[in-house]
Amino acid sequence: MKLPSAASRSYALCEVCGELGRYTKGSRCMCCGTPLHLRKTRSLERTWAFLIAAYVLYIPANMLPIMNTSSLFEAQQDTILSGIIFLWGEGSWGLATVVFIASICVPLLKLFSLTLLLIGVQGRKAGEPLPRAKLYRLLEIVGRWSMLDVYVVAILVALVHMQALALVTPGPGVLAFAVVVVLSMLATMSFDPRLIWDSAVTVEEDESREQN
Amino acid sequence: MTDEVAHLTACPECDLLVQIVPLSHPGDVADCPRCDAVLYRADHNSIERSLALVCAALILLVLANSFPIMGLNLQGQQLETTVFGAARQLWREDMPVVAGLLLLTTVFVPLIELFALAWILAPLNAGRRPPGFVFLFKALRLVHPWAMVEVFVLGVLVALVKLSHTAEVLLGAASGCFALLMLVLAALSSVLNHRALWQSWQAAQP
Repeated sequence: MKLPSAASRSYALCEVCGELGRYTKGSRCMCCGTPLHLRKTRSLERTWAFLIAAYVLYIPANMLPIMNTSSLFEAQQDTILSGIIFLWGEGSWGLATVVFIASICVPLLKLFSLTLLLIGVQGRKAGEPLPRAKLYRLLEIVGRWSMLDVYVVAILVALVHMQALALVTPGPGVLAFAVVVVLSMLATMSFDPRLIWDSAVTVEEDESREQN
Repeated sequence: MTDEVAHLTACPECDLLVQIVPLSHPGDVADCPRCDAVLYRADHNSIERSLALVCAALILLVLANSFPIMGLNLQGQQLETTVFGAARQLWREDMPVVAGLLLLTTVFVPLIELFALAWILAPLNAGRRPPGFVFLFKALRLVHPWAMVEVFVLGVLVALVKLSHTAEVLLGAASGCFALLMLVLAALSSVLNHRALWQSWQAAQP
């Protein structure tokens, strides 16, 4: 079974208005005048660049405190993980689970899945394309939820700042964490899911050629 | 050549070449046969309904940013904060990037998005071409992923629970507005039909 891709018949979908147009080098969309591209430009390079930057910042984001709390009696530094442990210890298990999913699971899932998708697209043994396409769709939806902890810190800092009894200040970890979320969102946007299907089709063609 | 293209479309996610089939019932969706991505949806008064939701969302957004999100009663002291107050405090604590990100994702991006949509939808609803349509549509596509009102609402909830162990916390009027805004924006993104926008733009008088 051979399903034609638009690119193989030199058609390109306009990324702005969604009209299909004839693709030649430098051609523009007939409807809105946007330059046509068969695939997102430099998708792999850009995705790798954002992804590696996100990996590097992921370490300080989790090691450094995201919030400092000081009162008359004690001073306390919270990292992402210790904040979750605190919520769990207070008995808010539901909320602890939500924060754990948003702040620990989602960023890790994004980084690892994007790495797998990139390696799958570039390698020869790609595997089934459909599960990988669905994985990418999941990444696009859940990625934004990691901003949760940044908002929590922002609200706490603003509420508890002007008095002597207790003081909450943001830690450097929250900056690193926010940048990780932004970088991983940029990485997800730079990746072109059509490459998953392109590589699957190429592998299929190579295998049928080898059998003949 | 153009006739041939008119009956074809491609899946935006897997690039499969697909024949366009007219959808008869409102609410019908054409899915990609290979990867299940949404190709296009049947139009059901989407411009008029989107315009109504945009107006509602604009009012809610203004209210959400005029009132405090949360108040705190700590040893007799009354404290409260708005989104702008939170951003200002982050700025003072040497966190300009985080402050900017907070304002962008909860105030400015939704505001730009709603204004651009109102600008586009109102003339299209009246059958005229809005000036700068192509530019605004591109801008909308660019900023849309960065509106995170729904995540902020969850953040308010988490902060509420964290503080409720140490102090008496009161939810401000803005929290309710943000929660409602989240619902209206979700409804808006499910109603808004990009294909219908372009079709009515092409049909409208230039």
